Amino acid sequence: MDKYYTFKIKRYLPDENPQTRWDEFRVKLNSIERVLDGLIKIKETRDGTLTFRKSCAHGVCGSCAMKISGKNRLACQTLVKDMPEMIEIEPLPALPVIKDLVVDMSLFFRKNDEVLPYLINNETPPERERIQSPEDQHKILESLTCVMCGSCTTACPIFWADKEYLGPSALLKAYRFIFDTRDRAKEQRLATINSEHGIWRCHSIFNCVEVCPKQIDITKHILLLKRLAVKRGFKGGVE
Amino acid sequence: MEIIKHYFDVVIIGSGLAGCRSAIECSSHGTVGVLSKLYPTRSHSTAAQGGIGAALGNEEEDSPEWHTYDTVKGSDFLGDQDAIEIMCYDAILTIIELEHMGVPFSRTPEGRIAQRRFGGHTKDFGKTPVRRACYSADRTGHAVLFALYEQCQLKGVKFFQEFQVLDIVIENNAVQGVIAVNIKDGSLHVFESKAIVVATGGYGKIFKVTSNAYATTGECLSMLLRQGLPLEDMEFFQFHPTGLYGLGILITEGARGEGGILLNGKGERFMERYAPIIKDLAPRDMVSRAILNEIREGRGIDGKDYVYLDLRHVNKKIIEERLPEITTFCKIYMGIDPSEAPIPVIPTAHYAMGGIPTDNDGRVLRDVDGSVVEGLYAAGESACVSVHGANRLGCNSLLDTVVFGKRAGKTAISQLKDVSKGKIKKERISFIVESINTIKESKGKETVASVRRDLQTSMMDKCSVFRKEKELMMLLEELQTLKERYKEIYIKDKSNIFNTELLEAIELGHMITLAEVIASSALQRTESRGAHYREDYPERDDTNWLKHTFAFQGEKGIYFKYKPVKLTRFKPEERKY
Repeated sequence: MDKYYTFKIKRYLPDENPQTRWDEFRVKLNSIERVLDGLIKIKETRDGTLTFRKSCAHGVCGSCAMKISGKNRLACQTLVKDMPEMIEIEPLPALPVIKDLVVDMSLFFRKNDEVLPYLINNETPPERERIQSPEDQHKILESLTCVMCGSCTTACPIFWADKEYLGPSALLKAYRFIFDTRDRAKEQRLATINSEHGIWRCHSIFNCVEVCPKQIDITKHILLLKRLAVKRGFKGGVE
Repeated sequence: MEIIKHYFDVVIIGSGLAGCRSAIECSSHGTVGVLSKLYPTRSHSTAAQGGIGAALGNEEEDSPEWHTYDTVKGSDFLGDQDAIEIMCYDAILTIIELEHMGVPFSRTPEGRIAQRRFGGHTKDFGKTPVRRACYSADRTGHAVLFALYEQCQLKGVKFFQEFQVLDIVIENNAVQGVIAVNIKDGSLHVFESKAIVVATGGYGKIFKVTSNAYATTGECLSMLLRQGLPLEDMEFFQFHPTGLYGLGILITEGARGEGGILLNGKGERFMERYAPIIKDLAPRDMVSRAILNEIREGRGIDGKDYVYLDLRHVNKKIIEERLPEITTFCKIYMGIDPSEAPIPVIPTAHYAMGGIPTDNDGRVLRDVDGSVVEGLYAAGESACVSVHGANRLGCNSLLDTVVFGKRAGKTAISQLKDVSKGKIKKERISFIVESINTIKESKGKETVASVRRDLQTSMMDKCSVFRKEKELMMLLEELQTLKERYKEIYIKDKSNIFNTELLEAIELGHMITLAEVIASSALQRTESRGAHYREDYPERDDTNWLKHTFAFQGEKGIYFKYKPVKLTRFKPEERKY
């Protein structure tokens, strides 16, 4: 069933005008179409300068995270039929805007790099696969589904106030390796996250969980990291 | 205009599985730069769901020889058997390496890599389905891509993300480097190198209904074709049988591997008629044709243009554990829970069997006689080795990317010392700058969107699962019109910053070029084989067509040469399942 929606979009076209502005577009969309389809329709038929990232269009690549009607979401995973008639769209908060809905994510990715986001194991590997029980694999299963869209970290009030905070996404990545039975760099990672801008900054506000498009309980993972740090004798606050 | 210059021994274009696996291989022997038009983990490899094939035998008896046979038969005997043997025998070590690099595979109760059934993979030369696909739930591509990208980071590989390649420079039959634009600020970059690995994936966006991402537009293939290099077997494009109705989003073959079945409007399990032995796990070309045949004969659901994929009888715990991602897709996009309601599906454009011809070590071929372009390599979906022939088997694509990504990387670095550094001439850069300005300054009346939509519709209507001469001829005429219309494209965005309208315009020009190659290749092959089904020539014709198509672009249009198929152990036979 076709229905008209008004897309109210926060625009920023730096080489045209240094000021941001709001543009409104009325578009007709059907009930299986997504906010991303609406944006594409506007770009194709109304204003070719409208700029946003996109790729897979079904919630696996993480390109199209943006703030939609007050909440960070993937545009390709948000059906218009679940939205109000007036859909307000802004770039992800707390990161520099490059153009329209495109933000500069370098700071976000740098945080990820800080937790050594790769399996480290210098032991001579066995001839076949390393053995890992299904129970152990399940411990990291949820954390593996992260698509690095940036919704969580940019929704976190702690990150808004402290840009040096590692943030939920990087901490989740730390969890993914610390709890992988095959990894051998737990101590290094624990030392990194047990810092002034690490795990103890999380005040369990749950904004990250609220917005995660993959429905990962990120706060739970951060709590498990805190618990592990305490067990290892780390103290809260700065070492 | 300021040009920023770089030098790397090896430049890799594309940061999916093939690109990242190549980069890992090269990284300890030379400098490596990887260019990607997306952030690396957003590459479309991440959308691969079901698995990666290898005869590990973790769940039941299996052998690389059976894997080889299945792949040869799946390819409808067009795959080169020496290359297929390499892939299927290397598969085991390749998967073990991936596990050691950190890929979080699902596990058997004993803690080994879990394996499941997949289309066309059988035990004992076709007797019964076999558990050969290694998987990480239904997010296998995502799991492998993250691990490979992470290992690249560990090895210090330099990535240039959101860089769009504008030209691959080949002069005097040797690579010189790459010209690219930094999407973020519009700056022009020149990457001179000794070697280039093209690993840019597929071009499914040429079709209207596809499982492929917006980024899969194939421009690098077209850049090579326009410089006189051939493209191989472009008529073979795979339609995956189970795309979500109305959207084309992929529902993994793993769903049938775990017991799902296809039903028509009469509630019949129709695959029993088309493939009595392995039924719903028949290869994709056969299942896609069967679905469309049911629909044509009025047996779609309620007479409409889709069928059902039914998982209601599959243990709920298995669906939750092994198919969580597709379950979420069904819930989000269709509002249905697959354990309670059947999923409406339709074939969706999925995978290019054809591409840049290479030898078994990733060297790009410049002709059917096996001569190569110095320093140029290709791997993954953008390449055609050919291991998939006329039809790829499920879970062989991820395997292809890592086996041949690694081999291409290995060959590239082994040749570095014999090659001089590439040099890109000023005129070549000026030509690129001018062509961009031409698009920016055009005052035409056409839009990227309208030309692209017509291209996608024409390709879907006349060059998808069923093809015939008359329609292909019409299609080629339509493509001529689209070429003319493309010259009249107007873009509103004149900015240097993140100008996606401009980039889409550039991509579209290349898409039209590729569409012409696909349509011409499909027209000249007057037989039916694998994914290429000609209604006017419904039989396979080994006497005349057991050969690879090499399409070249000449002054008077596309022309063809042929390369024999490499047969080793398996003689072509009738393909029955």
